[in-house]
Amino acid sequence: MNDLAEVISRNQDEIRSAWIRDMSQSVQRSDLMSKTELDEQCGTLLSAIVAGARSSGPSEISGPGWAQARELLETISASRARQGFSPTEVATFVLSLKQPLFTAIRRDLTKEQNRLFDTVWAATELLDRLALLTTETFMSAREELISRQQQELLELSTPVVKLWDGILALPIIGTLDSARTQVVMENLLQTVVSTNSKFAIIDITGVPTVDTLVAQHLLKTITAARLMGAECIISGVRPQIAQTIVHLGINLEDVTTRARLSDAFALALKMSGRTVVRQATAAAASSAILAGPLAKLES
Amino acid sequence: MERIPVLRMGSLLLITIQVDMHDKLAMQLQEDVTARIADWGSTGVLIDISSLEIVDSFIGRMLSNIAAMSRVLGAETVVVGMQPAVAITLVELGMSLPGVRTALSVEAGMELLYGAGAGFRTGSDDERDEA
Repeated sequence: MNDLAEVISRNQDEIRSAWIRDMSQSVQRSDLMSKTELDEQCGTLLSAIVAGARSSGPSEISGPGWAQARELLETISASRARQGFSPTEVATFVLSLKQPLFTAIRRDLTKEQNRLFDTVWAATELLDRLALLTTETFMSAREELISRQQQELLELSTPVVKLWDGILALPIIGTLDSARTQVVMENLLQTVVSTNSKFAIIDITGVPTVDTLVAQHLLKTITAARLMGAECIISGVRPQIAQTIVHLGINLEDVTTRARLSDAFALALKMSGRTVVRQATAAAASSAILAGPLAKLES
Repeated sequence: MERIPVLRMGSLLLITIQVDMHDKLAMQLQEDVTARIADWGSTGVLIDISSLEIVDSFIGRMLSNIAAMSRVLGAETVVVGMQPAVAITLVELGMSLPGVRTALSVEAGMELLYGAGAGFRTGSDDERDEA
């Protein structure tokens, strides 16, 4: 049964060079990894396969003897997922071992038909399993990457900024779905409490479309803020969105809305009893501001 | 028997809910509040729920009820200090407490009530803005 292991260990160098040659013709990505690195990976993997086939038999790749080979393949495949290889390229890394291996088997066992067939079958089965393992690891590495990025995006995209004492702004970029609304809501309410703010401006300039679901999410956030004693103003309503809202029959009667963030900010200042007054003409003001540091420099 | 205290602060009533609400306690509170408003002629009711961590629809309805009863007796109700988690829960339960006014803190609630015409004003905390 261990003909396979013997064949590989006898012809290890030859198989390895044929394997690398095969790969360089089909899928080798010299832009992503160097030739020496590939050479080293192939060498260690072949040795691990021999060790595995010797101790646990060629078909039991979940056995303890294959631990080293499995670990090696998982590392290789995960690192390739991060480097940007395609699934085909990663699977072909293992599958292109087939031809050199079969050539070696045929040369060594050409006189004994039965053993030849058995060994070829064992090799096919083994390589298929290894390829499946590679693909699976590749997929899970990719998925992990995607979910981590999603999480980061979620956290990055919901900042709450303080515009003034008691006035918060919440610029929303991207589509509002349930998961994001939850994060937005929690962030906003937490900041309302920690900064003791009476006004919150929700800016939807960066929200591409507003449908009934998004409107419902917005209304939920506004109601929750109102329950805590903060008032919300929606700003950044684009003309198209205003039209959509009316056409969809969404009721925003109880919500204060403004077209621009600046309008909403002015409204919030007014509602909190503040007024913005220009003290002097612009030219006089700027020269007065500049005069201070310049005078210091001269003296 | 356990009882939620109703404190008199000038023309206002202050109720601080710090224990888990149950039916009996809520009924008792409703009775106390309506009786005090009638006795003292209060014009405003402040309900501080800042130490409530968990709410259900029952508490939500109780708040609405007290607000409605007070309004009938001529007093304005302000619920103050609601925690974010509580607000989210109430919204998810579909209770937006229409007719109940809200404020961030007891101080803000008092300002709201006095501003609504209860006679005198408290010192504004906006003075530091001008400095």
